[in-house]
Amino acid sequence: MKASHLKIEDLHVAIDGKEILKGVNLEIKGGEIHAVMGPNGTGKSTLASALMGHPTYEVTSGSVTLDGEDVLEMEVNERAQAGMFLAMQYPSEISGVTNSDFLRSAINSRREEGDEISLMKFIRQLDAQMGLLEMPGEMAHRYLNEGFSGGEKKRNEILQMTMLKPAIAILDEIDSGLDIDALKVVAKGVNEMRSPEFGCLIITHYQRLLNYIEPDFIHIMMGGKIVMSGGKELAHRLEAEGYDWVKKELGIEEVEIETKA
Amino acid sequence: MTVELNLAVNREAVAERATRLGEPAWMISKRQDALDLAPTLALPKVEKIKIGGWNFTEGTADLETVTGLTPDIETLIGENRDHMLITRNGQLVHAQNSEATNGVIFTTLVDAMKHHPELVEKYFMTEGVNVNEDRLAALNAALMNGGTFLYVPKGVKLTVPMQAIYTLEQAGGALYHHAIIVADQDSELTYIENFVSYGEEAHNVNVVTEVFVEANAKVLFGGVDTLAKGAVTYMNRRGVVKQGAKLEWALGHMNDGHTITETKTHLVGNDSFSDTKAVTVGRGDQKQNFNVRTDHFGKGSEGFILIHGVQKDSATSIFNGTSMIHHGASKSNGVQTERVLMLSEKARGDANPILLIDEDDVMAGHAASVGRVDELQLYYLMSRGLSRKEAERLVVHGFLQPVVSELAIDSVKERLVQVIEGKVN
Repeated sequence: MKASHLKIEDLHVAIDGKEILKGVNLEIKGGEIHAVMGPNGTGKSTLASALMGHPTYEVTSGSVTLDGEDVLEMEVNERAQAGMFLAMQYPSEISGVTNSDFLRSAINSRREEGDEISLMKFIRQLDAQMGLLEMPGEMAHRYLNEGFSGGEKKRNEILQMTMLKPAIAILDEIDSGLDIDALKVVAKGVNEMRSPEFGCLIITHYQRLLNYIEPDFIHIMMGGKIVMSGGKELAHRLEAEGYDWVKKELGIEEVEIETKA
Repeated sequence: MTVELNLAVNREAVAERATRLGEPAWMISKRQDALDLAPTLALPKVEKIKIGGWNFTEGTADLETVTGLTPDIETLIGENRDHMLITRNGQLVHAQNSEATNGVIFTTLVDAMKHHPELVEKYFMTEGVNVNEDRLAALNAALMNGGTFLYVPKGVKLTVPMQAIYTLEQAGGALYHHAIIVADQDSELTYIENFVSYGEEAHNVNVVTEVFVEANAKVLFGGVDTLAKGAVTYMNRRGVVKQGAKLEWALGHMNDGHTITETKTHLVGNDSFSDTKAVTVGRGDQKQNFNVRTDHFGKGSEGFILIHGVQKDSATSIFNGTSMIHHGASKSNGVQTERVLMLSEKARGDANPILLIDEDDVMAGHAASVGRVDELQLYYLMSRGLSRKEAERLVVHGFLQPVVSELAIDSVKERLVQVIEGKVN
């Protein structure tokens, strides 16, 4: 696998005709970990969902390319096959489909027909990753996300990421609702992925997660735009001082938008 | 409603065919009476779809002679040929029953009429299906050209399933199949049937199945119907369950053509039990109506109904579940669930749970849902690389799983999974 390059240019996204993202620019390359932070309702999760192709988010203008290929022209599954992955904030529950059957189908969807992963190899990998994420073995045989606690769902998202080995992963509030131990486990899963071939976009509300996954770049999002970018020191300042100084410094008055995105 | 009925047969032709088959006099006159009765009877009552224009009777009941096993059948049965009955175009091509030494009868109905006339006469359209309940039931008796008789004597507990395959391989043909399954007192049996037909050219399948579960006996009945697009199908399955007896239906309605089925269980004995589980996948422009009904007569009788159906393309399916608790059936319990999942805008599905209760001291419950496939589920699955088709396939399997996984017969489960796979892709 080679390093990938996700390029987002002047991205505008609307839900039900209401514009949420108002021109986002961002580049993520293999080997880099980016964090997008910002107050509630500023469009962080909208960015994640729009990148993956969520059906209710409409891209009204701008472009997204992955290694030069137009992502916005791709179906959701084609984006995944091109190397993108979204750990979702609210993953769906699929009754009657076991976690492991689903994962194996997902892995095979990225492979050529006739080159499917062998059952033995799959089980070995699954066991290893579940061990790393401290997930009990029976979770492999439970129906996908059905009846999972909030923390179990988050771990399961990370499990999928480590099994599918994407080139670019987007983690949408993967830390929400996690206690400190679970947070460490999730961070371990992400850190395990770190390599020159792996790019990551972490969307988070809190600086806390970034104590365990050290980002290379921090971006602050407000009012549907990235208003400030910097290194990891930015996160510490946000933790200590909140977002008010950013608004003051940039002369932003009222940036909250009503929709929780 | 009496629609005109033009049949190419008369009393003489019916008698002539029955005589040629070697049927006893009582059966011949029963057939002739049924033929006379048919035009005076209405088609089965079906809700919310019109079946007046369906041609249930066009096909000829005089079917061509075929012999041996086809590769298709060979694949279906695998290595095992014991405990197996196979008919093609209603004619026996294979029968093997090593349980005969225990007094188990597993043969064609015609053969049973010759060798066990008193048993056939006792059960043929007496306590089970009534010849005058609708036109198609009457025609089944009049034109019957295939059939099965399975009898397990008192106290005999079969540990292996008795399996049957019935094919219709003639365009423009009609199979009128009548099966009688009897578990005598304290016996146990598992019976599995597969109906198969081929092609898009019109043909008819008319099946009446009567299952008798005598006191304290137990029957697992598995059916996987895979009749082809050209088939217009009527299936009337009836259970009569006596004191302390149990009947479990495990049904896969996987036809590709227009189909009406009724699966009706009479819980006549005290403490009798029935459980009806069925799955279906509708595709193309087929229209189907499934009636499942449990009639509670015995005290303390328990009846469960669970149906899950998936509708693709512009298929239409109506599910009617009825639990009728008759006066006197105190302490009875009737529970039913019908769920329909629609995969396309043009598909139609309807679930109608009905509880009819004529007794005070009973329990009853029902649940029904009709919904479209959840776009967010598909998005989630696709976001991991699965194509829309593959994602839909998983959701459909997941939707049918609660029924399929509970089916009491493993081989039916396996075959169903295969057939579902074929219908979903």
